[in-house]
Amino acid sequence: MTSPLLEVRDLVVEFPTRRGTLRALDKVSFDIAPGEVLGVVGESGAGKSMTGAAIIGLLEPPGRVAGGSILLRGERIDNLPPREMRRIRGKRIGAIFQDPLTTLNPLYTVGRQLTETMQTHLDIDAAEARRRAVGWLEAVGIPAAAERVDAYPHQFSGGMRQRVVIALALCAEPEMVVADEPTTALDVSIQAQVIALLKRLTREKGTSVMLITHDMGVIAETADRVAVMYAGRVAEIGPVRSVVKAASHPYSAGLMASIPPLSHRVEHLPQIDGAMPRLTAIPQGCAYNPRCPHVFDRCKVERPELLPANETRAACWLFDSHAPRERAHV
Amino acid sequence: MSETVPIFEARELSRHFDVSRPALQRLLAREGRRTLRAVDGVSFAIPPGTTMSLVGESGCGKSTVARLAVGLYEPSAGQALFEGQDLGEARKSVAQRRRMQMIFQDPYASLNPRWRVADIIGEPIRAFGIANGGAALREKVGALLQQVGLSAADGSRFPHEFSGGQRQRISIARALSSNPEFLVCDEPTSALDVSVQAQILNLMKDLQRKLGLTYLFISHNLAVVRQVSDRVGVMYLGRIVESAPAETLFTTPRHPYTRALMEAIPDLDMAGKERQPVGGEVPSPINPPSGCTFNPRCPLANGRCRAERPALLAARGTPETLVACHAVEEGRDGFEGQRAAA
Repeated sequence: MTSPLLEVRDLVVEFPTRRGTLRALDKVSFDIAPGEVLGVVGESGAGKSMTGAAIIGLLEPPGRVAGGSILLRGERIDNLPPREMRRIRGKRIGAIFQDPLTTLNPLYTVGRQLTETMQTHLDIDAAEARRRAVGWLEAVGIPAAAERVDAYPHQFSGGMRQRVVIALALCAEPEMVVADEPTTALDVSIQAQVIALLKRLTREKGTSVMLITHDMGVIAETADRVAVMYAGRVAEIGPVRSVVKAASHPYSAGLMASIPPLSHRVEHLPQIDGAMPRLTAIPQGCAYNPRCPHVFDRCKVERPELLPANETRAACWLFDSHAPRERAHV
Repeated sequence: MSETVPIFEARELSRHFDVSRPALQRLLAREGRRTLRAVDGVSFAIPPGTTMSLVGESGCGKSTVARLAVGLYEPSAGQALFEGQDLGEARKSVAQRRRMQMIFQDPYASLNPRWRVADIIGEPIRAFGIANGGAALREKVGALLQQVGLSAADGSRFPHEFSGGQRQRISIARALSSNPEFLVCDEPTSALDVSVQAQILNLMKDLQRKLGLTYLFISHNLAVVRQVSDRVGVMYLGRIVESAPAETLFTTPRHPYTRALMEAIPDLDMAGKERQPVGGEVPSPINPPSGCTFNPRCPLANGRCRAERPALLAARGTPETLVACHAVEEGRDGFEGQRAAA
């Protein structure tokens, strides 16, 4: 077992507001191994983007890390001064966001953005940076890369822009990339191209990926392991096949079941009643207890930690082998 | 079958937008007017009580068709018919207008934040004079809220007090308030999370069964379309390239674009097969390719495809399918060979 590249331990992110402090992330823990693709899924507001933002040190103020730690190759990066964090961001951890238009600077050519990134983080001269910039544009499948390197972002289509963003995230050869909904703004046919590209490049370079998305299909095809988040907590984490095909946590199971299948028609889709609680009203005990079909007394009082559950780990009292189960069957 | 008049019918329906630059700039650059053919000769009919879906990628014109279908746009050419009557004529009568309603994609933008839910839902009832008197109105609003899975007491609250899924239920209650028969739903679940999407799709199906509604359902999500549709039209650059009963379309897609679209969707089966993404991108609708607009991306394209626009014809082998493809018409798509082998 190699030591993990990234370790997130009991991460707590809080937002002070006039009406008191909101806990957006509540003791989130997971590891990412070198070269591994970890998928992070969940519904909007579950805290998946917040986790990504905390890792790359770009939490929107007044949000702040209020507890726990983030370690990159064993060194803490969550308490670094902004100057030092800036040296890690881009160099050691790359970022890909949903909307390529907000990631790219509209006033600079894509070539300049690539060369600037590389010259900031790598010890290379301008000519070499430009040569590599063309190489990166070729690698991400931009036709006529040698000419397009001097084009501005608005001269590219949405799919092509997202390819440029991928090049930008990878050009300083980071050890990992945080990809937050990288394909959500794209059409399906373009989505498939971009995912295939991201997969191929990160595999070639041995880059770890934290892939944040709400699209379970993308996760199923791309990730090695997957973490399911709910109301600012990790509900379940495990190998992608186990979570998608045989989820242990009632929430992950419900979530997977509610995805409409392409292969056949079902008269009544399984649905989870209700909605995810707001941060101001997280229920006591397990955050999922008001919607859970298997809820019992303990769930309403005591918060479950991640427990071994079949092939995954799930934050659910159903898998507590030390305590008597108050419900006979699941 | 042919005896029943379709609730809605599009006949060679087109909508063009003038996207020219301002006159002076045009003069200086010596360029002509530019027209975006958002919808370019689309024909289909929806029998009462059924769901017709239109799928396609962004810019294919599906939302423009939705707006044409309820009269929010005037057609540039062709005709939209409501129960056999010209839609423009039908919309002049209050009694007819009441019978068609629309549900929009974004439940955050489509509800007035300053109005209480009861007023939002009650507005069409008041406007069409359906209930007389405050008590009757309140009762009707309460019944509508219950019908969509909310409680009558929710009427006194404001939209911001509800989650996205609940807001979409409010939109549906508002659309149902004038007792319509024809609902145009433009991406009704695209802004929602999956578990909530399932709730809304189930609700829409239940309401269709109970009230005998007819839906025109617009979506980019093929899996969702499969769950709700009786018939599906696949759109590409303003045209319907394939139209078939839902089961037929999903089991035997014929148009190369439809097949590529289905191939592109990541599935949860994780069969481990490497997918072949469709190459290229959707061309600009301002200057679409000649002949079949899919030809630059199509593996089966030949000289005829680049020159001649294919008509929507019954497909060889699956006669219930209408497909606009020279390759299918000529039997160049290898479909019969595959079927014989299977």
